[in-house]
Amino acid sequence: MNDFPWLTVIGVLPLLGAAMIWMLPQSMAQASRRVALVVSLATLALVIIVALGFDVGRAGEYQYAETYRWIPLFGVSYAVAVDGIALVMVALSAVLVPICVLAGWNEVSGPAEGARTKNFFALMLVLETFMVGVFAARDLFLFYVFFEAMLIPVYFLIGGFGGPQRRYASVKFLLYSLFGGLLMLAAVIGIYAAGPGGDQGFLTSNLTGLHYSSSALERLLFCGFFFAFAVKAPMWPVHTWLPDAAAEAPAGVAVLLVGVLDKVGTFGMLTLCLPLFPNASQWAAPVVLTLAVISVLYGALLAIGQSDLKRLIAYTSISHFGFIVLGIFAFTSTGQAGSALYMVNHGFSTAALFLVAGMLIARRGSQLIGDYGGLQRSTPLLAGGFLLAGLSSLALPGMSSFVSEILVLVGTYSRQPAAALVAVLGIILASLYILLTYQRMFTGPAREYASGWRDMDVREAWVVAPVIAVIIALGFYPKPVLDVLNPAVTRTMQQVGLTDPAPTVATGANGGTTP
Amino acid sequence: MILLSPFEAATFTPPKIDYLAVAPMLIVFAAAVVSVLIESFVRRERRHAMQVTLSVVALVAALVALVVAAAQGTHVVTAGTSIVIDGPALFLQATILVLSLLAVLTMTERSSDVGSSFTPQASATPGSPAEAAARRAGLLQTEIFPLLLFSVGGMLMFPASNDLLTMFVALEVLSLPLYLLCGLSRRRRLLSQEASMKYFLLGAFSSAFFLYGTALLYGYSGSVQLSEIAVAVNQDIGKDGLLLGGTALLVVGLLFKVSASPFHVWTPDVYQGAPTPVTGFMAACTKVAAFGALLRVLYVALPGSRWDWLPALAIIAALTMAIGSVIAVVQADVKRMLAYSSIAHAGFILVGLLALSRQGISGVLFYLIAYGFTTIGAFTLITLVRARAADGGIGGEATHLSQWAGLGRTSPWVAATFTLFLLAFAGIPLTSGFTGKFAVFSAAITSGGAVGAWLVVIGVVASAVAAFFYVRVIVLMYFSEPTAAAATVATPGTLTTIAIAAGAAVTVLLGVLPTPVLDLAGKATVFIP
Repeated sequence: MNDFPWLTVIGVLPLLGAAMIWMLPQSMAQASRRVALVVSLATLALVIIVALGFDVGRAGEYQYAETYRWIPLFGVSYAVAVDGIALVMVALSAVLVPICVLAGWNEVSGPAEGARTKNFFALMLVLETFMVGVFAARDLFLFYVFFEAMLIPVYFLIGGFGGPQRRYASVKFLLYSLFGGLLMLAAVIGIYAAGPGGDQGFLTSNLTGLHYSSSALERLLFCGFFFAFAVKAPMWPVHTWLPDAAAEAPAGVAVLLVGVLDKVGTFGMLTLCLPLFPNASQWAAPVVLTLAVISVLYGALLAIGQSDLKRLIAYTSISHFGFIVLGIFAFTSTGQAGSALYMVNHGFSTAALFLVAGMLIARRGSQLIGDYGGLQRSTPLLAGGFLLAGLSSLALPGMSSFVSEILVLVGTYSRQPAAALVAVLGIILASLYILLTYQRMFTGPAREYASGWRDMDVREAWVVAPVIAVIIALGFYPKPVLDVLNPAVTRTMQQVGLTDPAPTVATGANGGTTP
Repeated sequence: MILLSPFEAATFTPPKIDYLAVAPMLIVFAAAVVSVLIESFVRRERRHAMQVTLSVVALVAALVALVVAAAQGTHVVTAGTSIVIDGPALFLQATILVLSLLAVLTMTERSSDVGSSFTPQASATPGSPAEAAARRAGLLQTEIFPLLLFSVGGMLMFPASNDLLTMFVALEVLSLPLYLLCGLSRRRRLLSQEASMKYFLLGAFSSAFFLYGTALLYGYSGSVQLSEIAVAVNQDIGKDGLLLGGTALLVVGLLFKVSASPFHVWTPDVYQGAPTPVTGFMAACTKVAAFGALLRVLYVALPGSRWDWLPALAIIAALTMAIGSVIAVVQADVKRMLAYSSIAHAGFILVGLLALSRQGISGVLFYLIAYGFTTIGAFTLITLVRARAADGGIGGEATHLSQWAGLGRTSPWVAATFTLFLLAFAGIPLTSGFTGKFAVFSAAITSGGAVGAWLVVIGVVASAVAAFFYVRVIVLMYFSEPTAAAATVATPGTLTTIAIAAGAAVTVLLGVLPTPVLDLAGKATVFIP
């Protein structure tokens, strides 16, 4: 905790790495993979140092703050800081990027391999810069800049390195996100106009707790933000870009897209929508909860019907995002802590699914579930990895997602029992889509096509093992992360001005037990 | 206006002229005259070098004079009462000078690879033996330089005019050379001449509108001076028909020049037909000058009747954004696409202008400079992307979008730079386009009231639509395989490279560190009434 600009360094380091990669001579293009790995690991090391220096006792406050004037005429500052939630999200990005770099090691091939390899890994690093920036930004304008700028590297990663439908998918992704983002831009300007203005008028702290001239204004601004975040998250009915984008993206990119980028949506709901528009958030809660429940069920049902492995994972994510949003808008600290934890857990379990799926697809050359079968015998390690990831995804107790899912449901039930009860169906559907898929792809007699396959090699093991380790560790002992998240969640609840509903006790004629 | 009656003739005193304040215009006009003399008296082979030197020196000298004047805090009404040099005028003139300097650099291109964009002999009929002879002789078009200088002179005067007659003269001085310049394309000359003709006819119409509006406003207020019109409006002297009619006609003339809808129909044809460096110059500098004049008319002469014209202009702004963005989607020619994009941008700038506040003015000023640099850069880049000639050499410009397929593979630098310009046009953060858009939108929301807020909502939706066609070009360049008809990229000369690099550098700089320019724009928002 000193004046060293830790967060800026963490943000700039990957950018420097990207610049370095682009400056590599063409003959050393393959070295860009190693540069990307080293730089992303160095970034991770810095994040670990920051995390160790983070004062958990004050996790509800923003730490490592840096504030500089940037465009004073617009009221814009370069302000970064992390509270518990932001720190965890930054850490999630920093852990996943080296894994994705490793996963994309042999991703690029074909014509102009050298230049394309450089582009792939440089863009990954650029993306890391923006991801760190978007989670750490404490200035709304800065947040918006990262929020939009982030689209560009992803767009090129999907469009340049994706599957056969990559052009369609990348454009759809970009246009959906831009449209949401632009509506948010109008709201960003609007909230500045409603706020105190001045040189630092965009600092989030200056915009929290505003008194809006009319509740209509607050609601409109809320809608601008919420729409952008709902597209990003994505929620039904603005989710349609995700299955396309995730199905076409290379595995590593899909991990970052679904695991981290989409979290910006739910992160934004939790740390911007709620504190900035407390009344409007409560006003909108019934609609949002409905949409969330629909997302939970719709995503799960469509996942069951998918024949494409990556699309299936994308639809499971839509279902999971429904849970996250449910927890956020139930307005209980249990639910919100569950949601915040869910963001992390979903990041890891989806990452594991996408990564193993990527390995399978690289071997088989097909994304269709029907093209697989009997892999348990020929490649037991891959099968095991997929099973563990899948079990985490369906929230088996002992896996990390279980903790967060139960927190979300318990938290939601105490205020919105109906929503919680309907959403519980999502868990049952989850076991269907995971276990059915596992059955179709891995069980049964060994098949001809897989006879020459090698099982997970060392690189691949290094890709999957850390993720699985985190999943299991957080499943059994989520306390360290919850300790960091809880104070920040409590602060959000205070900003919304709500307290947890008092636990109700069954009373009445037949009341036998006392609490 | 100096009104001379016969009785006062004996005591005539010449109007005082603050020479420093008008020095930039004098320098450019003087250089234009010298330039004409060079055309007449210097041997053909030596003209090009002399003309280029003269134009560059004149524009730089004018810029220096302008900076000196600005540093001395010049804020005067001079040359009688016909010229006013105030903050906005200085800022706009500086913008015009810098942008036209870049444009001159792009027009000097004559490297063996790219070749000149201009016809060697404009008087030769397309396809005639005379044309072939001129081409064989390797003649170089040098008449563009005096034309350009006159046009720049007119542009400098346009936003600095203090009365409507001076403004009309400036309008004509800036327009007439442009009509000619549009017809001088080296290739596809008939298209170019058609563009020139269309621009001339419609431009003449719009000038007539402007002049008629001037006459009506004179009839209304008894003066053509902007400040006196403002006084008359504020005194509410009746005769509203004259005021409204005059305002409408005058503003139509100006909206034509900024290519606002529904007065935009000339834009795609002219942008497509004109030699590409001229298109860049026209798109950037004409917009600056015309928006400067529009600002002055609306903010100085007609603020008192704003509730009469604001609703109409708000509708026009919304229409301009919508039409520009939507029609651009179906364009298959990159120059036409950028033409519609420039129409959409005119709409965005109008949104800032209608904020009717100092913040709005500074937003417009900033937007103009940001858009100008990006535009000149983009059009210059288009001159480099060429079709393959039948003999395997470098042919004409490959403006059809299908020819751009796979450019990212074959020419990564050109594709990357063009992508940067497209992202700036689309208003992606960290480019100047975003800062500009933010500046005008935030002005509209903070001080434009409900109208402003609605315009911003329409603006962001239009931006989303617009993003589609910018992105489409990026998709073509990066994610498509080169076809048989794919374009090749010519190696530019040094000056062209400088122009493109400057455009790209400013596009990034104004996106990342816009504060100095925003500061300047913020200080340059006070009109002298």
